[in-house]
Parts: sequence; structure tokens; C-alpha cells
Amino acid sequence: MSAAARVTETDEPPVRRLYRSADGRWLGGVARGLAGHLGLPVVWVRALFVALFFTEGLGVLLYAVFWIVVPLGVGGRAAPRPVFEITPDGRRRLRKPDKGQVFALIALVIGSVALIGKVNVDNESGRYIWPLLLIAVGVVLVWRQADNARRASWTESGRRRRTFQLVRGLVGVALVGTGLAVFLVVRGSIAQLGTALTAAVAVLTGIALLAGPWLVRMSQDLTEERTMRIRAQERAEVAAHVHDSVLHTLTLIQRNADDAGEVRRLARAQERELRNWLYKPEGTGRDEEEPATLAEAVKKAAAEVEDMHGVPLEVVVVGDCPLDEKLTAQMQAAREAMVNAAKYGGEGGAVQVFAEVEGRMVFVSVRDRGPGFDLDAVPEDRMGVRESIIGRMQRNGGSARLRSVPGGGTEVELEMERADG
Amino acid sequence: MSDETGAAAGTEAGATAPGTERRVRVVLVDDHRMFRTGVQAEIGRTEITGVEVVGEAADVDQAVTVINATRPEVVLLDVHLPGGGGVEVLRRCASLMAAAEDPVRFLALSVSDAAEDVIGVIRGGARGYVTKTITGTDLVDSIFRVQEGDAVFSPRLAGFVLDAFASTDAPPVDEDMDRLTQREREVLRLIARGYAYKEIAKQLYISVKTVESHVSAVLRKLQLSNRHELTRWATARRLV
Repeated sequence: MSAAARVTETDEPPVRRLYRSADGRWLGGVARGLAGHLGLPVVWVRALFVALFFTEGLGVLLYAVFWIVVPLGVGGRAAPRPVFEITPDGRRRLRKPDKGQVFALIALVIGSVALIGKVNVDNESGRYIWPLLLIAVGVVLVWRQADNARRASWTESGRRRRTFQLVRGLVGVALVGTGLAVFLVVRGSIAQLGTALTAAVAVLTGIALLAGPWLVRMSQDLTEERTMRIRAQERAEVAAHVHDSVLHTLTLIQRNADDAGEVRRLARAQERELRNWLYKPEGTGRDEEEPATLAEAVKKAAAEVEDMHGVPLEVVVVGDCPLDEKLTAQMQAAREAMVNAAKYGGEGGAVQVFAEVEGRMVFVSVRDRGPGFDLDAVPEDRMGVRESIIGRMQRNGGSARLRSVPGGGTEVELEMERADG
Repeated sequence: MSDETGAAAGTEAGATAPGTERRVRVVLVDDHRMFRTGVQAEIGRTEITGVEVVGEAADVDQAVTVINATRPEVVLLDVHLPGGGGVEVLRRCASLMAAAEDPVRFLALSVSDAAEDVIGVIRGGARGYVTKTITGTDLVDSIFRVQEGDAVFSPRLAGFVLDAFASTDAPPVDEDMDRLTQREREVLRLIARGYAYKEIAKQLYISVKTVESHVSAVLRKLQLSNRHELTRWATARRLV
């Protein structure tokens, strides 16, 4: 059993492919990629490259070849488990930027100082060192940029730092250009610097002119493609919504064609939902959670009453404010009034619900165009209006008025002061 | 003449209108043909309702052409139209609306009751706004009211207008012209509560004519009210 497990462990390495690591890299991700591939600590690989650098710069050459040839991947960090198990602490500590990077920086500075001391600027070969260095740094920058662009297309994380990336690319190009110019100049006299720079700029401009239209075209194509994709997504979303709710409702309506009340109820509920979905600024219209504001509460109560009793309620809300305890009580009273209106006054047409927040006062009116009723004629044991509406409002420091409207119908007016402005 | 009215009253709709002579020429602008056909069938029975549909259009360009050609008294205008929407039609017909003789009046008729749509067409010069759920009788009534120069406010529109004019901070002095008077506010509030003009008149102990003039004043203020304020209102609701 344990033997079998070991076999699979040893079988693991061939499956691993060599990638340059996109995560936790310092330069091209070559060292980390190799480390992941070979199952060695990164530090060793890095040290090896640095050591090789001092043998006629072989390390740099090797590194560059690896960088160009090996594709970018997620090899280093997402390396197979055995590596982690062997030296878990060491690797984990390495990943923290502080120690490792500080060490690297010190090493780099020491190396540079040693290099500068070694190179004799006056001699013939020394004069080429600086331009070459400039060019090298520029190339590294640009290549790294290319890697980032590639990586961004997987992760879509590069968007935020687009200007930064652009600047980096430009700096790289500028460094290479300067390096080339200096390279040309040191072979001649310093007087030729201007000419050489002009020539370099001219060549760059030429390239830009040649490649520019193509690049613009490509970016336009990309933008267009993206727009089309977004549009297609939106359309799919609308289609899905229409399919889910509207078609469903239409099917139900066909099945219930004989039941006029049910058909009306379905149609109204669907209309309200679709309307919400289409015209609500936030767009979703799907949140069925507890309402947090007065407007939401009124609309929700009306929708529920509408669905329950099949009578349309027309809701108008002016202003809005957060719900507090007193207003919640007012909402319960209003809901009761809506139920009454729908039950007893629904034949007269839509029930009108009006809510207004004006300063600290919240006013709600519910009116129907039904036959109306006389409060005094309601038997004492019927508690609906007296307790649920009038009583509830008074207990919470508000007032309720019931009145018969000229031309028929009943109107319930509820007034309440907000607890806290 | 009396024969004609007698005949009309005798057919079946004696109750429809007290003065059967009144006629109104209407152009229907809506991009849904089915809806135009439906409205035409419901209100375009000229003998009964007095509404004569003299033209139809499905987009902005067509609408402007048809309106210019037929010079109707009332245009029933959809808010969402190909070619720029109802607001664009209003913009291009501004001179017709302002004409001293036989001005063309617009009544917005839309399925949308989103605040920005409503306020948009009203500010563009429409004399009223009704939603498509309105009954045929009410629509005919609204058309006549618009033709007579009156404004037609649905409860919802009244709510939006109240909202638009309600600002909690103190008003700057020079903007007084744009504000609603106490009376206008009361009238609007009653409309929002679903009262008819007649009921409002009774409630406030004023005449129906006075109610009408208050409503017209509100409409004028809404159309003239300074951009600044409405922009702030719209911004507060994340409409812009």
C-alpha cells in the first residue's frame, strides 16, 4: 500500500512540465519555474544563476534563453505537493517578500558595485558596457510587459494598472533606444549624438507609422468584439428572464383561461415584476428581502395585497425615509387598510395608495371606490378597523382617520411622526 | 346639425358625451402596430367617442411628417420610439405646439412609468401623461381635456411632480417662481391620492375650473422650472 503510494509519488515528476512561473517571480520567472520543476528551493536556483553570471556572463545568457523559449505558466507556485512537504517552512518563508527581496537587493547592489569596479571604462571594450546594459534593461522591461499582457488575458486582472503597464513598456522602449543611440555614438564622436538620436527617432517614427494603423485597427476590432459580447450577454439575460417568468405566466394564463380572476391576478403580478425588472434603476427587481425604507415597504405590502385579493392597487410614493419602529407600525396599519379596501371596495376599481414623507411627518392614505361603510355601524366585536388600524396608530403616537369620500368610497388616512430625523 | 347629434346619441352612446358635436382629430404615434390597432378600435369610433384618428406613425421621422401633414389637435405619443423617442418628436414639433392658431397638443401614452420618462416628456412640452393600462373611456376623456388646453395628470405623474418639486433645503430667493404654491401642492396631492377633478373641487371648496387652472400652472412650472433643480432631483434618484 505504502509502496504503491510511493510509486505514484515518483511517477508524479514526469507529468510536471517546465513553465516559467507567473507567481512570485522577480524577473522572468525562470528560476522559480525551474525550482518548481526540479523540486529544489528557489534560492538555490537563483544562486546558481548569479554564480553563472560571473563566469563570462553565462548565467545571463542561459536565463535569457530560458525566458524566450519556456512558456509562461503557473509551474513554480502550484508545484506538486512533495516539494512542499519536504521543505514547507523554507518555501513559505521565501514567499514573504521582506527577507528574500531584501537579500536579493543587497546581492544585486554588491554585484553591481563589483561589476563597475571590474570594468575599465576607458578601455575599448568597456565603452560598450553601458549602452549594452541600457539595452538589456530595456529589453527585460519590454519582455516582462509582454508576459504581463499575456497573463492579464488569463486572469483579466491587468485592467486596473493599464497606464502603469503602458508607462513601463514605453520606458523599456526608451531605454533600448537610448542604448542603441549611445552604442552608435561611442563608435564615433560625441558630436554625432544628435544625429544618431534623430536617426533613432526617425526609425521609431517610421515603425510607428507602419504599424500604427494596424495596431489601431486591431484595438478597434477588439473593442467591437467586446461590445458585441457584452450585448450578447445582455440579450441572453433578457431572454432568460422573459423565458423564466413571462412565458411561464402566459402558459399559466392559457391553462386558466376560464378563470378571469386568476388570469387577471397572474397578469398583474407578472406585469409588476417585469416593470420592476425593466425600470428599476438598480435593475434586478429580485430582492424579496425585508424592506429597509418606507417606499419599499409600501410597495411590498401593496404587491402582496394585490396578489392575495386580485384587486389592482395603484401606489404613489412621494419621498422616502428609512423605516423605524413607529413607521413599521404605520405600515402594518396601512397594510390592514389595503386589505380592507381590496376586500370591500375592490369592485369600484383600483385601490389608490398614497404615501408621502414631508419633513418629519409620514402620511399614508388608502382609498377605494367601493360602497363605503359607517364605522359606527360596525359591530363592537369586529376589531379589524378599530384595533388594527386606529388603535395601532394611536398606541404608537400617530393618528388614523376614516372618512367617506364625496362620490363614494372610503379613505383611510394615517399620520405618524418619525421617531428620529 | 341637430339631426346629426340626435343620430349619434340615438345609436348607443347617448351617455358618452354631453355635447356630441365635439370632435377631435388625433394622430397615434407608437411603434407597436398591434397597440395602434387596439387604440384605434377602442377610441377611434368617431360616431360614438368623437375621436377621429387621422394618422399613425411608428417612429420619430414618420411622426414628424404625419403631424406636419395632418395638423391634428392631439397627438397620442409613445415615450419609447425608434429614432430618439417621444422627446425627440416633441423637440421637432416645438413650433407646432407654440402656434397661436390651432396648436398641436401632445398627450404621452406609455407603458413605462419610470420617473425619468415621465418627467422627460412633460418637460418636453407634453400636456399630460397616461399609462397604457388606462381604460378607453378615460383615454377619450383625457384626449378631450388636453384638446381644451387642460393638463392631464395621472396619480403617478402627480407623485413624480411632487417629488421633483420637493426639496428639503431652503429655496434660494430668486427661484421662487419655480416653486409650487400651497394650493397647487394640495391639488397635486389629491390627484396623487386618486381623486377626480370634481372631487378635488368639492374637497377644497373651489370650482372645477380653479382646479384646472392650478393643474395647468403646475404643468407650466414643471416645463419652465430651472434645470438645476430637476437635475438635482434626477441625480438624487440616480436617474442620470
